Amino acid sequence: MTRRLMEGSEAMAEAAIAAGCRFFAGYPMTPFTELLEGFAKRLPESGGACINAESELEAVGMAWGAVATGARAATGSTGQGLSLMQESFSEITRAELPLVIFNMARGQGDYYQSTRGGGHGDYRHIVLAPADAQEAVELTQLAFDLADRWRNPVLIYGDYLIAHANESVDITPRTYPPLPPKDWAVDGTLGGSGESRTVNPLGVDKKSLGIDPEGLWNRLQEKHERIECEEVRVETGFTEDAELVVVAFGSVGRFVRHVVREMRADGLKVGFVRPITLWPFPSEAVAAAAHAAGRVAVLEQNAGQMIDDVRLAVLGAAPVVAIGGISTDRSGFGVGDLLNPAAVRGRIEGALSTGGNFR
Amino acid sequence: MSDILPTSAPPSVPAKKIAGFKPDLLMKENHNLCPGCGEPVALRKLLEAIEAVGAQERTIGVIGIGCYTSFGSGIDVDLVQALHGRAPSVATGVKRMRPETLVFTLQGDGDMVNEGLQEVIHTAARGESVTCVLLNNGVFGETGGHMTATTVLGQRTKNSLEGRDAGYHGYPILIGDLLAQLEGTAYAARGSVHDAASVMATGRMLRRALETQEKGLGFSFVEVLTMCPTGWFIPTAEGPDYLDKVMGSVHTVGELKRKAHD
Ligand SMILES: Cc1ncc(C[n+]2csc(CCOP(=O)(O)OP(=O)(O)O)c2C)c(N)n1
Ligand code: SF4
Ligand SMILES: [Mg+2]
Repeated sequence: MTRRLMEGSEAMAEAAIAAGCRFFAGYPMTPFTELLEGFAKRLPESGGACINAESELEAVGMAWGAVATGARAATGSTGQGLSLMQESFSEITRAELPLVIFNMARGQGDYYQSTRGGGHGDYRHIVLAPADAQEAVELTQLAFDLADRWRNPVLIYGDYLIAHANESVDITPRTYPPLPPKDWAVDGTLGGSGESRTVNPLGVDKKSLGIDPEGLWNRLQEKHERIECEEVRVETGFTEDAELVVVAFGSVGRFVRHVVREMRADGLKVGFVRPITLWPFPSEAVAAAAHAAGRVAVLEQNAGQMIDDVRLAVLGAAPVVAIGGISTDRSGFGVGDLLNPAAVRGRIEGALSTGGNFR
Repeated sequence: MSDILPTSAPPSVPAKKIAGFKPDLLMKENHNLCPGCGEPVALRKLLEAIEAVGAQERTIGVIGIGCYTSFGSGIDVDLVQALHGRAPSVATGVKRMRPETLVFTLQGDGDMVNEGLQEVIHTAARGESVTCVLLNNGVFGETGGHMTATTVLGQRTKNSLEGRDAGYHGYPILIGDLLAQLEGTAYAARGSVHDAASVMATGRMLRRALETQEKGLGFSFVEVLTMCPTGWFIPTAEGPDYLDKVMGSVHTVGELKRKAHD
């Protein structure tokens, strides 16, 4: 294991390439730009290609074409750019293509966008939310494995801090269990007629007489239910005897973990749950912690989005209160006053002191 | 032009197949496009051109959304189905990962010139080594005959009922001429399928475009004017003439650019 001090974006690009990513396309936007730069610098020397696309629409289209050939490929932006890509995301999911998507978000206001899907139709993306650069490296590598395993897009929810902070990371390639062969990809060799293939979002093959949307959607739903059972990832701390459990994800989750440890050292009975997969959401872990503690606080850097999933998990068994909120400096890049241990502690102590009355 | 059989009454003698026009790279005998549609003819010439350059075992096609989309499950080369307007960027990703293959897109005028204009322009400007094929019938055929960016002045469509009026609807885009101006474009041509000679000439253009790609000269483009009697609201038999005289007088047929070709 070798650790290096690196900027998060650069580390994520390197991790993706170490995981076999050979194609990337994107359009600059803060705080995603450095990730694009990382790919632009390193992909050509690894035998791949990185294209500075004309817009996010073209970026996702190019990545779509690349994954259709069986290559590992990714695209990304901030939530704004991802808004432009949503039509393609829906259809790429329906075409069951293993695309990896990076959202280097401006704060946490894109929780709904990533977990509900901003596009049309019934679909889900696996959403991984790292709390720091090292976890971002690990989840980047995992993302390519999960995408291939499930033939489903995987989205990594990063942010300004993860993108720009320099941290010590280890980018040794991980190994995973063997994957199924890509017997659906097109390489051009099967025409006339080695039984040519078609990669499409309609669920048809070359022998199909028409389309069967209901059949396709039911098959996808069944797959998504299996993902929900098998791919939940979560970190919990001090939940056994906590009187208040705080739920937070991403960089905010990192602050909460730190503050909860400090408060524990001061004898305060708080715990935390940090969802690592935002979808599938770790409902069981949240419910168990809520039952034990009897009170739940959600600290997220938005007007209240993940709190819906927390409430669905808790199902009325414990009061759930929002202690986060919109917090950004004048840059608008999502680094506000809330990203500060003292501020986080203030919010958690406030929730603790209100006793059981959370209204 | 030879006499056209009346279509108002059933034929007195059953139809008889006089020649096989199905290219080897088409797996189905029948299609469900309208009688008199020009798209199947253009597609046939494209598939024949792929065979002519001997690329059937190293070709990947990317198909847009329009009437021709229903051929997707019948064409015997590897395919990727793209969204409306997005085929050129998808083709770019395909080509970059599989540089040894022949990559083409198949798009309509609504798909390429309306929804995805920026895609094809940038793909050409990058000199991307792909061949984009446009089936230009001057309407959204699939949705039932609506105006597109290539609809000619005076043409009646469902949303230009009194005919396309420059003052109200603006002017048509001559996409082939526009793409020909770009440095990255190595080959650009506009063909038609309104009679046998134009069909043959279109076949030669498609072949030259594919050869341009094979030689790695840059982006190649063939626009094929196709009949859409349904979307033009005219009798099927009048389609070829309308194509030649009305569309063809604005979108003029011929080679538009041939850069460093043999
Ligand atoms: C984003 C999007 N908008 C609209 C449509 C609906 N739509 C399907 S086909 C089509 C028009 C196709 O016209 P063209 O590309 O000229 O092909 P043609 O049918 O004439 O062959 C439209 C508008 C769509 N599929 N996707
Ligand atoms: S509507 Fe027009 S383009 Fe579509 S199949 Fe009919 S004739 Fe062809
Ligand atoms: Mg059309």
